[in-house]
Formats: sequence, C-alpha cells, structure tokens
Amino acid sequence: MTAAVRLRSRHLLGISDLDPSEIELILDTAVAMKEIGTRTIKKVPALRGRTVVNLFFEASTRTRLSFELAEKRLSADTMGITAAASSVIKGETLADTVRTLEAMSPDIIVLRHPSSGAPHLLSTFCHSGIVNAGDGMHEHPTQALLDALTIRERKGRLAGLKVAIVGDLMHSRVLRSNVLLLTKMGVEVRVCGPRTLMPLGLSALGVHVTYSLDEAVKDADVVMMLRLQHERMNGMFLPSLREYFTLFGLTRERLKHAAPDVIVMHPGPMNRGVEIDSVVADGPRSVILDQVANGVAVRMAVLYLLAGEDVTP
Amino acid sequence: MTDVTDVTNAWVLKNGRVIDPRSGRDGHFDLRIEGGRIAAIGKDLPTDGVRSVEVPAGFVVTPGLIDMHVHLREPGQEHKETIATGTWSAVAGGFTAVACMPNTDPVNDSASVTQFILKRAAEANFARVYPIGAVSIGSQGSQLTEMGDLRTAGCVAFTDDGHPVATALLMRRALEYASMFDVPIIEHCEDPSLKGDGVAHEGAVASMLGLRGIPSVAESIMAERDISLAELTGGRVHLAHMSARQTLRAVRDGKSRGVKVTCEVAPHHFTLTDEALKEGAGYNTNLKMNPPLREEADRLAMVEGLRDGSIDVISTDHAPHHADEKALTFDHAPFGIVGLETCVPLCIDRLVHAGVISLSRLVELLSCRPAELLRIPGGTITVGAPADLTVLAPDASVTISAGALVSKSKNSPFDGWTLKGAAAATIVGGRVLYTNPAIPGAASLTPSWEN
Repeated sequence: MTAAVRLRSRHLLGISDLDPSEIELILDTAVAMKEIGTRTIKKVPALRGRTVVNLFFEASTRTRLSFELAEKRLSADTMGITAAASSVIKGETLADTVRTLEAMSPDIIVLRHPSSGAPHLLSTFCHSGIVNAGDGMHEHPTQALLDALTIRERKGRLAGLKVAIVGDLMHSRVLRSNVLLLTKMGVEVRVCGPRTLMPLGLSALGVHVTYSLDEAVKDADVVMMLRLQHERMNGMFLPSLREYFTLFGLTRERLKHAAPDVIVMHPGPMNRGVEIDSVVADGPRSVILDQVANGVAVRMAVLYLLAGEDVTP
Repeated sequence: MTDVTDVTNAWVLKNGRVIDPRSGRDGHFDLRIEGGRIAAIGKDLPTDGVRSVEVPAGFVVTPGLIDMHVHLREPGQEHKETIATGTWSAVAGGFTAVACMPNTDPVNDSASVTQFILKRAAEANFARVYPIGAVSIGSQGSQLTEMGDLRTAGCVAFTDDGHPVATALLMRRALEYASMFDVPIIEHCEDPSLKGDGVAHEGAVASMLGLRGIPSVAESIMAERDISLAELTGGRVHLAHMSARQTLRAVRDGKSRGVKVTCEVAPHHFTLTDEALKEGAGYNTNLKMNPPLREEADRLAMVEGLRDGSIDVISTDHAPHHADEKALTFDHAPFGIVGLETCVPLCIDRLVHAGVISLSRLVELLSCRPAELLRIPGGTITVGAPADLTVLAPDASVTISAGALVSKSKNSPFDGWTLKGAAAATIVGGRVLYTNPAIPGAASLTPSWEN
C-alpha cells in the first residue's frame, strides 16, 4: 500500500469512506499536532484566514469544545451554532440553514445531527467541506480516529490487537465507526452487549459477536465501554440498570481476564455504576482522559488535511 | 364513477395485436369504437367512411390498465397532487382508471367527500376514478364508517391505508359488514409496535447506515391476523403493497385453505432492495417508502409470486410528495414515491423481457384482476363496454426523467433508468387522451380529427 499524502475526499463523512493509508495519514498528522499542544504558545497559523462553522443540532460538550479548540490552535476563524439558538426552532430546514451559512463562505462545516445521513445530505450540495461530528446512530469518525490514536500510542500498533467493544451497540455511532476503522486496520474485534441492543449485520464485517462479557474481555488488549442511555429503559430493551450492570458492567474483577496490560476506554459521558465501575474508570488501566486529549489532536489533523494547503504545522 | 364517454365519434382502431386474456384473444383485430364504446371486434371490419387508425407494427392493444392503489392527495394536500394532475399522470402512464386512497384531508369517510372526489374527477375528465372509503371514521380505528352510504356514493373498497386497521375486533367487524356489499377491505399490513419509529427495512443495511428498522414480520404478523379473520368471517381481504416474503407465504397458505385473500405488489418491491440506500452519497429519500425496500430474498419472492400466480395485482402505491418535503434528512422525509408513470416500463422490462411472465399475464395483473377485485367495468374488451384501451409498445426503449413526469411531484427513485417497454397511447371512453412523445409511431394513434 502506498502511503497517502492527502485525503481523497474534501469531506469526512465517515470511516467507511477512508482507506487504511488515509487512516494512517490522519493518525500520523495527529501525532505532529499533539506536539503543538505541549508548547507554551499552543497555536500555529495552518488555517489562518480559514473559516470553520460548528453546527451542533444535538447536545455535546466534549466533541464541540474539542473541535473549537482544534480550530483555534490552527488559527481558523470559528463560529458556533447550536440548535436551540438557531432558526431551526423557527422551522427552518437543515438544508436552508446550511445554505444560509454557506452564503458567508465558510471553508469547513462541522456538523453534529441526530439524524443518520444528515452530513451526507449536505455533501450533495455544499461547497464547504463537511466534517461529520456524529450523525444519529450512524458514524462518529473523529471519535474512532482519536480512539485509534490512543490505542496506537499505548500499544505501538493496531494490527493484531484484540479489542472488545461493550454496551449499547445498536444505538451507538461510536461502535459503527470503531468497527469499520479497527477491522480495516487488522484488529480482532469482539463486540458484546444485550441481544436487544445488538444491531444486525456485524458478523458480516468480520466481528465476533458475544453476549458474554467474560468471553469478550478474555485476553483483550483494549476494552472499550459504550454509554448506556437511560431512555433505553423505555423501549423495552432492558429490565433494569441493576441487571445491566450485573451482566455487562466492567468491574475490576471481570477485567482480570483481560491481557495484563489491557487499557480501558470510554467515549464519554460515563454512567458510573451502570456500564463501568468507578474503580475501573479512575484506575491505572483507564486511558479515558488520554482519549480527550487526543481528540483535539485528531481534529486538528482532520481539519488541517481537509482545509490546509501546503502549510507545515 | 366518472362518465367520460364520447357519444359523437365513430372510428376503427385497425389491425392491432390485441391481447385480452379474459376473452382469450391474442391476435390482430380491428376494434370499432362508437359513442365511446366498443361497437365491434373482428378481422377486416368495414370502415364504411368512418375514420380509421392503423396500429403500428409491434404495438399491443390491451384492456385499459387499472391502478387500484393511488394517492391523489385531493382534498387537502393539493401541493403534492390534485385529482386533475394525478389522473393525467395515470393517463401518461397508460392507466385508464385508478382507485384512490382515502387518506386525504379530510379523510374520505363520508359520502360528501366521495362525491367531491367524483365531481373533481369528472371535471378533469382524464382517467376514471374509483374512490376507496375509510374503514373507520377519520381512519382513527374506533368507529366504522357508513359503508352502505359510501358504497352508494361510489366507493369500491374500504381501507385505513397509511395505518393498519387498528384492532382485530374492528377488522372482524369491517370484514363482516363490508361483505354485505361484496366489497373488499384493503389492508396496509403493519404492526405499529413492531414498526415503532422505523424508517427502513430492519437488516444489515439499515443497521450499518444507522437507520431505525422496520422488521418484515411487522407486515406478515398483521397479514396473518387478517387472513385468519377473513377465514372466520368469509369476508374479502386484499393486502396492499406486499413487501416481505413472509407475507407472501401467509397469502399462499390462506389461498390454499380457500380464504378470500388477494394481494398486490408495487413495482419498486420487485425491482429494488435496501442495498440501494447505500448508493451515491447514500440516504436518498426517494428510496424511503412504507413498506420499505427489503432484501434480495424478498424481491425474488415477489418475482416468484408474480410468476406462479400467487400475487393477484400490480399496483403502484403512487404517493406524491413535494420536493421540499423530500429534501430533509432520511428520518424526517415522508414515506412514498410516485409510480403511475414508471410502472409499465418497469413491469415490461423487469418481468416480461426478463422472462418471468408473459405480456398476457401482465395484462391480468394490471387490468383484469383489479377490475374483478373491485367489481368495476373493464379488464376485458367487450362489445358494448366503454372503449378503455391501453396501447403498449413492448419493445420501445424509454429513459425515465423524474423532472419530466407530469405528476405534480417528482419523487421517483427511477430517474435516469433506461427500460424497454412503455405505454404508447391511452384511450378512455373512445378518446385518445395521450400518445407518448418518446415512442416513435405513437403519435400516429391520434385520430386525424383531433390534430
């Protein structure tokens, strides 16, 4: 495989559009970007004069702040809009909102939207580059990239590792992007969660599906826990949070079956005592805060590769 | 029923290949049309001074096609379609008659709405319109409509289409009551709890696209309920727009037991699967319909059902939506696609030329059976009956252009498809209402005095 020097698309809609060399390129670029965050003056002019709009139609703290910080460290001009403060509450459609923004000539639009495929809709008519910051239950590509960067940092590689992903798989865009990325990079992926929250078609992607947490965790190099949303209790998916924790909650005891140097990840926000015990979340195997730090670096890399031109960071 | 009979002109449609399954005709015949009705059928009929129109070689004259599942949207949603634009779309697609669904605003649950629809249809004077009344008031699922009154006003069937008949008890009563008038109940089979807020077929494709699923059994469970109730009551149930192989299995079981169950399939369910949702940028809202596009095994089951005779009718489920409504995210866009003008090319190309069924069998699916199920005129060419005829050009190649559809709405997933076979002309009550400009020779079917 020849190493990619740029991304083929001017959008980042999902991991499904990236090939392994593009994933490597983003991760390698992120390593360089991460160094910027260690400087006293944490800013480079890579995107000076470029405009990035952060369009968030769904509640978000870490992803929105992470993108904003990434944009600022690259010297881009940024604007942020959240659904509650926009014309959306006046009944404006997504397409019209974005056409209005585009009239102000942004270079990149970062979109978080509760409907799967929303960034794909924009890509059919937008002049700006679209970065998917999470669409419905579909993809969250920058999360999967920052997870991969975190794993690579700790393990030195991706190929050949055993990664367990555990939780509400059906409703998780983090799951979909991670499965796509990790399988492309030669990782052995096991997924685990209640049968009622198991999406169809995962086995066809070469993923091992199990309903046993012990089986998923056994000898795993990485255990990635997903957030269980409380509203899942209403859809008759689960009998109780108590039982969920008993069957699928990650405790120190259950982690003993993993590889000795296992790392524990979580995309946040966590439900302590539901999917993960605090002792594990705050323990020595946890890299949850590393993930947050790497989020900024990965988003800098993505923005730079999509909007920067011939500028060395 | 609208009366579009032309009482003045007499003419002869000369030497066309006529396929009329119910009379057993398949050969070249002359049809003499007088006063809007078929006056004579035979070889070398004398033209004795009346105008004569030669049918070009390769064209086929059939009984007028009937689409028994159409949403005309009027009253209430005229921005999507009107009775005039919808019946013109029908004529442009080769249909001489349509049955229109009651989910208008207001719902067609009273004779006054039925009369309004028929009045508008008569004013438009294109395809004939047969209204279908609601099963329950407002299609709310609690109280039966005045079916006797609706029947007298002109309704030919009852349905709460868009919603399934809400409870087993209501369905039982509807089947019993409607059977007094020998009228079928048309069911949109879908268990609401299993459908949930799904937007696409529950399967690997929706799963990876992050779209909420509608399982196939949401349809088949309701079908099994209704078939059991038809068996209990002796009433006639007709399953609309079947999509799932499990539903077809239930229909076959019911038919083998002698239950009065019939069913229809829409062209998109035997031509497309959910895989299409992944094409291009993905999430094309013109691929969002209810029931959803299902898997290849389901598509193949529909083709097999058409081949072996288990499926009675092809209907379009013509569901116009304004472009603004479809320009939303997949979750928010409404269900449905237009179908009147794409049906015949899809059927001839994908079923007849593909060797699945004969042209004669296609005429049964698109004309004979709908007429028989709804107990309406047509479905065969007989002396004395209104001259409702469709002229097909089975070997003509056409390219579908959504923008060029005459329907008020353009929400078709078949834009750009090149298909072999189309309607060349549509004749209603002896009047040549439409000749297809895309087909060489079709214009010659326009009688000279109409030029």
